[in-house]
Amino acid sequence: MTFARRLFPHPILTVLLTLVWLLLVNSFSLNSLLFGLILGILIPFVTSPYWPTRTHFRNPLMIVEYLLVVLWDIVVANVVVAKLVLFRRNRDLHPNWVTVPLELRTPAAITMLAGTITMTPGTLTADLSSKGHSLLVHCLDAPDPDAVRDEIKQRYERRLLEIFE
Amino acid sequence: MELIVEIVVAFFLVVSGIFGFTGSYGLIKLGDPMSRLHAPTKATTLGVGGLLIAAIVSTYVFHDHLSLHELLITLFLFLAAPVTAHFIAKAHIHRHEKAEDLPDPGPDPEWAVLHHDPDDVHRRTPTGNESAR
Repeated sequence: MTFARRLFPHPILTVLLTLVWLLLVNSFSLNSLLFGLILGILIPFVTSPYWPTRTHFRNPLMIVEYLLVVLWDIVVANVVVAKLVLFRRNRDLHPNWVTVPLELRTPAAITMLAGTITMTPGTLTADLSSKGHSLLVHCLDAPDPDAVRDEIKQRYERRLLEIFE
Repeated sequence: MELIVEIVVAFFLVVSGIFGFTGSYGLIKLGDPMSRLHAPTKATTLGVGGLLIAAIVSTYVFHDHLSLHELLITLFLFLAAPVTAHFIAKAHIHRHEKAEDLPDPGPDPEWAVLHHDPDDVHRRTPTGNESAR
């Protein structure tokens, strides 16, 4: 392992932490930028034993598209689920478990997918299989579990595969 | 101009109120624990989201001050909410669900919560606990 690699184990995390610090300070000055950079270098360096592999973005521009798709889906799904909660009787709901087999292998990507599934209302990640090859998803109303699985794979996993792998 | 901004701010506040209410109502109304877990995701996404957009717009227009703290709240919520939901779901499966009731875990033998491997060094067995003390 080279010296630079050991000093900056996660360059993306360094940039991200500096940005978060600037946002926390809520104003821009050379002072806070410098302190943010110090934190951004120190925290990844100290915590690097817990993150042994470095995350690569194969296609960083896709992240923007992914975020927009997810935001739009959150708005749409919110309205759908609000209708279910307010106007549907409980016994007409079909809560269901769905298995989503994963093509993703990067831990960061799987975490992103699991988080996305939870944040879009109506679906929720409950568990990972013991060797990490599929996700257990709970759906609030899924008369057809296969459709839910296909939508998750089509909309989110395909894009994450392009971003990470 | 001010009137338009006020209408926009009011619109986002109303949206956040509606979804915050639906989230809390769903928590009471839905039938089983796993379904109840779905309700708060609405309150955290559009509920808090609408409130934060309203806050950013109103401080920017009426107080001439662009505050981006609100973006951080969104970021922290999006980091914390899925993890919390995941842990509650895991605890629920651990205590109330059997492997037969869950769907087939695909290529792997078991779901992680229900997985018991005596040779797994990462999982502390009762005897392992004794020696650690």
